[in-house]
Amino acid sequence: MEMYLYIALFAPLTGSLFAALFGASPKTLWTGVVTSGLLFASFVSSVTLFFHLFAGAEPIHVEMMTWMQTGSLYIPFGFLVDQVSATMMIVVTTVSTVVHVYAIGYMDHDRAFNRFFAWLSAFVFSMMVLVMSDNFAGLFIGWEGVGLCSWALIGFWYHKESATWAANEAFIMNRIADLGMLIGIFLIYWNVGSLQYDDVFAAVPTLDTSVLTLMAIFLFIGAMGKSAQFPLHTWLADAMEGPTPVSALIHAATMVTAGVYLVVRANPLYSLVPDVGYFIAGLGAFVALFAATMALVNRDIKRIIAYSTLSQLGYMFVAAGLGAYWVALFHLMAHAFFKALLFLGAGNVMHAMDDELDPFKMGGLYKVMKWTAILMILASVALAGIWPLAGFFSKDKILEAAFSSHHYIIWGILWVTAGLTAFYSFRLIMLTFFSGEERYKTYGFHPHEAYKFMLWAMAPLAVLAVIAGWFEHPFVHFVTELLPTFEFHTEDVAGMLIVVTSLMALGGIAVAVYLYKDGLLNPKIQQTAVYKLLANQYYIPKFYDEFIAKPYAELSAIFWKQIDLKVVDFMVDFIATSIYKTGEATHTMQNGNLSSMLRWMVVGVVILLLAAVAFAFGLQVAG
Amino acid sequence: MEAIAFYLFAILTIVMFTYTVMSNQALYALSSMAAGMIFISAFFFLLGADFLGVVQIIVYTGAVMALYAFGMMFFDSTREVRENNSPKIVVLTLSALSAVLIIAIVVAPIIGDNIAALYPQSEFVSNPKAVGIVLFTKYLVPFEVAAVMLLVAMIAGIVLAGKKMDRSLTQMKEEEIALLKNNDSEGKVTL
Amino acid sequence: MMEIGLTHYLVLATILFAIGLVGVLRRKNLLLLFMASEILLNSVNVAFAAIGHYLGDLTGQMFAFFVIAIAASEVAVGLGLLIVWYKRTGSIDLDTLTSMRG
Repeated sequence: MEMYLYIALFAPLTGSLFAALFGASPKTLWTGVVTSGLLFASFVSSVTLFFHLFAGAEPIHVEMMTWMQTGSLYIPFGFLVDQVSATMMIVVTTVSTVVHVYAIGYMDHDRAFNRFFAWLSAFVFSMMVLVMSDNFAGLFIGWEGVGLCSWALIGFWYHKESATWAANEAFIMNRIADLGMLIGIFLIYWNVGSLQYDDVFAAVPTLDTSVLTLMAIFLFIGAMGKSAQFPLHTWLADAMEGPTPVSALIHAATMVTAGVYLVVRANPLYSLVPDVGYFIAGLGAFVALFAATMALVNRDIKRIIAYSTLSQLGYMFVAAGLGAYWVALFHLMAHAFFKALLFLGAGNVMHAMDDELDPFKMGGLYKVMKWTAILMILASVALAGIWPLAGFFSKDKILEAAFSSHHYIIWGILWVTAGLTAFYSFRLIMLTFFSGEERYKTYGFHPHEAYKFMLWAMAPLAVLAVIAGWFEHPFVHFVTELLPTFEFHTEDVAGMLIVVTSLMALGGIAVAVYLYKDGLLNPKIQQTAVYKLLANQYYIPKFYDEFIAKPYAELSAIFWKQIDLKVVDFMVDFIATSIYKTGEATHTMQNGNLSSMLRWMVVGVVILLLAAVAFAFGLQVAG
Repeated sequence: MEAIAFYLFAILTIVMFTYTVMSNQALYALSSMAAGMIFISAFFFLLGADFLGVVQIIVYTGAVMALYAFGMMFFDSTREVRENNSPKIVVLTLSALSAVLIIAIVVAPIIGDNIAALYPQSEFVSNPKAVGIVLFTKYLVPFEVAAVMLLVAMIAGIVLAGKKMDRSLTQMKEEEIALLKNNDSEGKVTL
Repeated sequence: MMEIGLTHYLVLATILFAIGLVGVLRRKNLLLLFMASEILLNSVNVAFAAIGHYLGDLTGQMFAFFVIAIAASEVAVGLGLLIVWYKRTGSIDLDTLTSMRG
């Protein structure tokens, strides 16, 4: 069984290194095929491990080698496959394999084909390290690794300035959050003396509440960066500069869910400080609503889907914050499938429309891209939470959890957001595929359907998006061997809740279909203040730019010009020039003139005599 | 008595040597140098180093100054020696400073009290005899080495200053010498 | 003052040494430079002899004796070199000896 662990972990790394060998060469199809094949092997191993555990075996725990052993600090390279990490492994490897195969077709005409697969597989490897590690240090290594690979992949087309800017923004925001995470890890080590999950979670009940609160807060700050919670959320929308497979893998299914994974993994800690959990849930609800409003008016198909991811992450954090950890994990899994499917479908559309992103310029694409449309409709229905697709089961559980914990405000927010989610998803679908006339013809586009194999690659995701929800009960049974169960006190109102929620979702869909079936809305709406506020993302990026980025840049310029150039460089140059000038001044001593040399000799003799007199005098005084 | 002699010769020596270093005329410098050497030997006699005093006169005044005189003739230095304007103040300061320092060193009571004489002077033996005994017994090796050194110096002097040494007149036949003289139309050959 | 002691002789030797030093520093004519260095050697000889006399040891005179020998050979070789230099460059001015510049 350990063999499967190592295969699952290191197959992506092997693929990445293999592709990296060809990094500077023009496109070779084999890099894509080999990396996809290795990822498939990783997927098969993950599935094997999952079923092994599902059949009732003990979690597998290996320690590969010691990383650090200094003083009382002992950190090994250890890996753990238990119920939570097995679930994450399945999610990661499934979506990764699909995305890799899809990308063979998507990046078909790209010059840097090989480099793409190298970075993509490296990302999968880092993510596997993150979810499979058995201590916080390994988690952090994976954390940083996915940050780095995401930077490289967002800025993949590095000739575009907007892409490099977005990549830097993502990385810097993640780093700011990582500071909080590091402080959390330090606090853990300081109070517990070890970073292994077993030791930490065993020691946590014995610690002081204030310390636990601090730990929880700091770890959550790290999760905020990775999962793009407010206020560190602006990078997620800008990260759409990267190629669409990147968005599908990283910003829908894997990296952004790392924050949720952290909270779920550290559930013994968060269970002991429910106030922090309540704060997390509140923030999650706020983000859900906040992101959904921004998606209502956006004119960029990828950004709409990105805001929808942000919104769903808010849902996951609500669940985790309220203590319903398995619900969060379940929603994470389902969301990964249909969101990745949505992104890949959007990729098809973009490819067909020569990378055009504005849905207002599309319309009526259903006739040309039937299969893509069907897949995207499927994914959107799942996202909206309509029975019997996956989203229904997971979202519904979250709403139930909120209601049963008597957090009615949170429930209300999430309920409204569900309606908004349905609305904007179908707004996108209508504007892109239906809505009457074919606007794209006026812009001169000639769309065509994607390659057949890309559609076949997307098919498994579609299947999973449909059926994943049906496995709720076996999933609960499986996962709660490790995670705590959640008491739902809603037996009497459960049916009512389901009806109310479904009505909201269906209502949202109906409104969208009605409003957009004939084309665009009244352009006068675009002049209203509310529209402008939403369209500019509540002016938050501008705020950051004005009040944080610019002053910081000024400060850096001051430091550079005043301190670095004037002080540090000056001192170094001063040492050099003083040595040089000394040499220049004294080289006249060696002009070959004998009389001057004699003079210098006598000067030396005088100095020696002075030394002798002083020495003798000193001896006399001392003696 | 001794004091008068000492001061007299001291003043004379100093005056002579000062003239040597300060004079513009090379000939005057040379002459005062020779005189100074003689007066130095007077000191040696005052100190009871008879042999040394005589050696000083013979070697220094006789041989060395003669060498300098020959050199002066060779180099045509009877002209006025032009000195370029070296900063006099530097020179005088340096010399004065070193003099003061050395005087400070010697005037200070640095002479130890428990210095045992290695080769003690004796009242009963005359100075040349004592010098001879010490020189040929205790200082034999330095003596022989000095002899070799003098030999080397002599050879070096000959090699450096000699000319046309690849040809040996005493080993050539009469005809070759005549041939040499006939071929010499420019008067280069000097026999 | 009347009693001539070692100190007097040593002071005298120092003064002569200083005079010789002035000569060495000042003279530009190489021949006269050599003469000034002879003054230095002489002053040292006086000092040796005086110390030898006042400590009752013959070693001082021996030293002075060897110094004289060495000085004589030095003059011979030095003048020989000077002759070679003169034949090459035709001048014995000190300022022409600058081929060893640093």
